[in-house]
Amino acid sequence: MLLPASLPPMLQRIVDPQAPPADVGFFGPIGVPLIYTIVKLLIVFTVYMVGVALLTLAERKISAWIQDRLGPNRVIKGWGQPLADGVKNFMKEETLPDAANKPLFLLAPAMAFIPALTVWAVIPFAAPLPLRWGRMDMVLADLPIGYLYILALASLGVFGVVLAGWASNNKYALLGGLRSSAQMVSYEIAMGMSTVPILLLAGDVSLSTIVRQQEQNGWYVLTLTVACFIFIVSAFAETNRLPFDLPEAESELIAGYHTEYSAMKFSLFFIAEYANMVTASALMATLFFGGWTVPFWHAVNNAPWAWWKTAITLGAFLFKVLFFLFFYMWIRWTLPRFRYDQLMSLGWKILLPLTIGYVVVIAGATLGLDALGVPRTPWHGWPVYSLCLLALNIGLIGLLFVVADRGRLISPASARVRAAELARLRAVRQRSTLAHEATSGAGD
Amino acid sequence: MPIGVKVLARPIDEVSYVRAAVKGMALTFKHLINPHKVTVQYPEHRDPLSPRWRGTHRMLTTEDGTAKCVACGLCPAVCPANCIKLVPGEDENGNRYPLVFEIDEFRCIFCGYCQEVCPEEAIHVGRHYENSEYSRDGFVYDLERLMAQTHPVCEMWDPADPKGE
Repeated sequence: MLLPASLPPMLQRIVDPQAPPADVGFFGPIGVPLIYTIVKLLIVFTVYMVGVALLTLAERKISAWIQDRLGPNRVIKGWGQPLADGVKNFMKEETLPDAANKPLFLLAPAMAFIPALTVWAVIPFAAPLPLRWGRMDMVLADLPIGYLYILALASLGVFGVVLAGWASNNKYALLGGLRSSAQMVSYEIAMGMSTVPILLLAGDVSLSTIVRQQEQNGWYVLTLTVACFIFIVSAFAETNRLPFDLPEAESELIAGYHTEYSAMKFSLFFIAEYANMVTASALMATLFFGGWTVPFWHAVNNAPWAWWKTAITLGAFLFKVLFFLFFYMWIRWTLPRFRYDQLMSLGWKILLPLTIGYVVVIAGATLGLDALGVPRTPWHGWPVYSLCLLALNIGLIGLLFVVADRGRLISPASARVRAAELARLRAVRQRSTLAHEATSGAGD
Repeated sequence: MPIGVKVLARPIDEVSYVRAAVKGMALTFKHLINPHKVTVQYPEHRDPLSPRWRGTHRMLTTEDGTAKCVACGLCPAVCPANCIKLVPGEDENGNRYPLVFEIDEFRCIFCGYCQEVCPEEAIHVGRHYENSEYSRDGFVYDLERLMAQTHPVCEMWDPADPKGE
């Protein structure tokens, strides 16, 4: 790329747009990266918030279509609905219960909302963009601790919910908050453990490295299918989405932790839920579905960078994220909510042992394959290593979904009763006067 | 366990969660892409009402524009909801007419007895249902308002023609 002669001589030294701009600078050594970050921050934040607003519309539309309805179609053919909702929420009365703990009550919506936003910072969303001031990496902060940061911050989200429930001084809200703390703490463990196999394969927690590894060796959804499944289930639980929406459980707890909230504070919880969904979807896409890379098109995924590569990979990333958002909504309008004990037993008795077992299996498999001398990178153009793991995963998935999934994954509505106990109970029922009345009544 | 609770042994081999969930998702996806559309776009499009629909009342008038009502008092007598207020009057020729004729649309249960009992075919229930108001007072229809209604009236059930043919 040729630089115009009018640029100051300092800038003309930086001619390589493919290199990061960190070492030299027009505005001092940290100037250009700082400006890059601010620009990216503004764009990402704006797109993110508008996207979250549009997601509320998408949710209502998809639920309507699934239920054979039309959904919102009045305000500018439905497109103005998020705006109308926003205006409504700003105009509504802000309620503040007398018995509420006011500082915490006011703090809780922000506590729910901010972690959801900050998590987005480490997710790479497109190929780097070469600019005349140096390469712009399409990630807000490429932290070396990668998804550890995400796991840490995502666990902060529970504070908003618990504080809201406790500070409201309302029994329903408190129950919702308690349930949510139990739920999120339980599923965080399974979620964290399900990312350990990625660490085993990628050897790094940095999301850029993980994306790069998947570009070379195939998506982790193929090589780590069970981990992917567990991650998705745990992410649903972490974001309090159906079938894990016990914290708000309308039919039991009115609205759970946000029973006492109205207007914009309620809206913040709503936005936080959708922001969490976007983040979780982006995380699924990045960890298991290759991030921003386009499958089988190595030219677009690799240097030298160009603006069209950035555009295409951004499109690929958005497509993946939107697919998972759709998946979230699809699940929500299909599956009923779990009972509380089912939720707990699924988390602790099934998902947790399953992930630990899976970590052992994958660790054993990688150890075995390494010992056999199979290279991790593609070998004569064939990703032998990944194919071996794929075969292993197909076996495990078959075992899990066909053999193990026989009334055991989710505990039934009533506990299994031993035959002798059942006979005793039936005998008691025969003796009881109520039963006699019932039978004689039925005979008439 | 409480007495009388039916305990069923579940057929473990047929019970699944993941496969059942996938089946359910296939069903919802089928509806998503191929919805069974039944929604009527109400203010723009209205389904036609049955000819026997009993809605907002209407008082029919004679050719010279006065109400057909002769204040016989049959409709307030037959009204099960007691929603018709009638004060009869008489002019110098001895013709009876209603001084006050009010129907409280809130009390009315739209049974249509008033129309059936009316010897002059004056009061009718109508094929009309949009009668929202900004205040409760607006739901007491006086004679003038009943006469001003223009919607078609209900065709009552005819024993000679039970299916409305």
